[in-house]
Amino acid sequence: MIRIDNLSKSFTLHNQGGAVIPVMGGASLTVAPGECVGLTGQSGAGKSTLMRMVYGNYLAAGGSLIVGDLDVASAAPREIIRLRRETLGYVSQFLRVVPRVPTLDVVAEPLLALGTAGEEARDRAAHLLHRLNIPERLWALSPTTFSGGEQQRVNIARGFAHAYPALLLDEPTASLDAANREIVLSLIEEAKARGAAILGIFHDESARARVCDRLVDVTGFTPKVAA
Amino acid sequence: MTLREKIVALDRPILKVEGLTKRYGPRIGCVDVSFELYPGEVLGIVGESGSGKSTLLSCLAGHQRPDLGRIAFDGRDVLAMSETERRLLSRTDWAYVHQNPRDGLRMGVSAGGNVGERLMAVGARHYGQIRGKAADWLGRVEIAADRIDDRPSAFSGGMQQRLQIARNLVTAPRLVFMDEPTGGLDVSVQARLLDLLRGLVRDLGLSVIIVTHDLAVVRLLAHRLMVMKSGRVVEQGLTDQVLDDPQHAYTQLLVSSVLQV
Repeated sequence: MIRIDNLSKSFTLHNQGGAVIPVMGGASLTVAPGECVGLTGQSGAGKSTLMRMVYGNYLAAGGSLIVGDLDVASAAPREIIRLRRETLGYVSQFLRVVPRVPTLDVVAEPLLALGTAGEEARDRAAHLLHRLNIPERLWALSPTTFSGGEQQRVNIARGFAHAYPALLLDEPTASLDAANREIVLSLIEEAKARGAAILGIFHDESARARVCDRLVDVTGFTPKVAA
Repeated sequence: MTLREKIVALDRPILKVEGLTKRYGPRIGCVDVSFELYPGEVLGIVGESGSGKSTLLSCLAGHQRPDLGRIAFDGRDVLAMSETERRLLSRTDWAYVHQNPRDGLRMGVSAGGNVGERLMAVGARHYGQIRGKAADWLGRVEIAADRIDDRPSAFSGGMQQRLQIARNLVTAPRLVFMDEPTGGLDVSVQARLLDLLRGLVRDLGLSVIIVTHDLAVVRLLAHRLMVMKSGRVVEQGLTDQVLDDPQHAYTQLLVSSVLQV
């Protein structure tokens, strides 16, 4: 479902003397449907960079990056928009929403964007929020005022609202208590069971051991820096 | 299949712009701008004052005539149209939301009249139907029904802007031009307007070209982004990609200059 081949990335800082910083080279991995692959490596090794490239948020410098049947590394913006709407979900570490929009609508939005009827989309959103222990009295409020853990759970609910065939999870269990962590891990297991291909970053080792089928250390993709 | 899906399924650009250039004597307005816009897509145009973004928008909307280039709307050559055809287009398939609602509203006419007027301009004559449709649109932009007979001069800035949007969208346009639509509004009003616009784009399948200098607004509203400097497009791509991984020196400067809240 996800196939990364010889992917490279560098940043050119035009306003700092045009410095070119190579951050990744020769990155290759695959994720099959129903499989969860965990990215490992120290902070700064490029785990999040790789995830952002898969999502089309960072441009690739070279190589290919195929999700479904689209090469994200060379796709037109509108093809990536469509991929994100239909095929590829992303639970980032931060929730970014229009202020003052009710939580229920924030979670239902990916379904509404797919043309799901309003009531059906909100029912699904309500089901997920309920499951993730977001009290119903908060659903009409904007999540921008919520605690970190609550925002994280809203973000997860939003990411799981549509049954994406491929999912990117950036530390989905960070800042969650034991009970909620357990619920998120079950959601991931259910997504795998329905055939979703998942690429994730999990700092929590027991979570990683439970849901990941394989681990890929991104340190191997870090270019050797000349001293 | 809904009507919207049918339109999207056509999968061809609603607007195609090639080599658009406008000069003011020796000064550059915009140079060699080309892009395509598809149904249901929101394109943001950012750049500092004088970058040519407003010139570009006014050329696209037919307020100014470009010196060079081609504009095709739905396969029709816009620049070859007669004035009458273009006026009809700007009353039906097109809409233009001004930064200052006073430029897009008739301040001496009631809120309902402002919305109804655009319907009458395309031939609506039945008073009851016009008023009914105006009331429906005031509701959609969250203006209370009992304000339908008030003049916009009695409205707050945010309400005026929402009224301008209702006036523009009542004739079900397919392409909407917006010039800094959230410009003069305070942030809480901005948020409500952004949510309204997102819902309308999604539910009506609108195509929108929005000019703004506010990067937070385009991040939340635009699918794609064009960055302009000195009349030229220096970078374009997916909105979040351009903002998070800018390639051009000017875009890097623009993005890094935003104050973090």
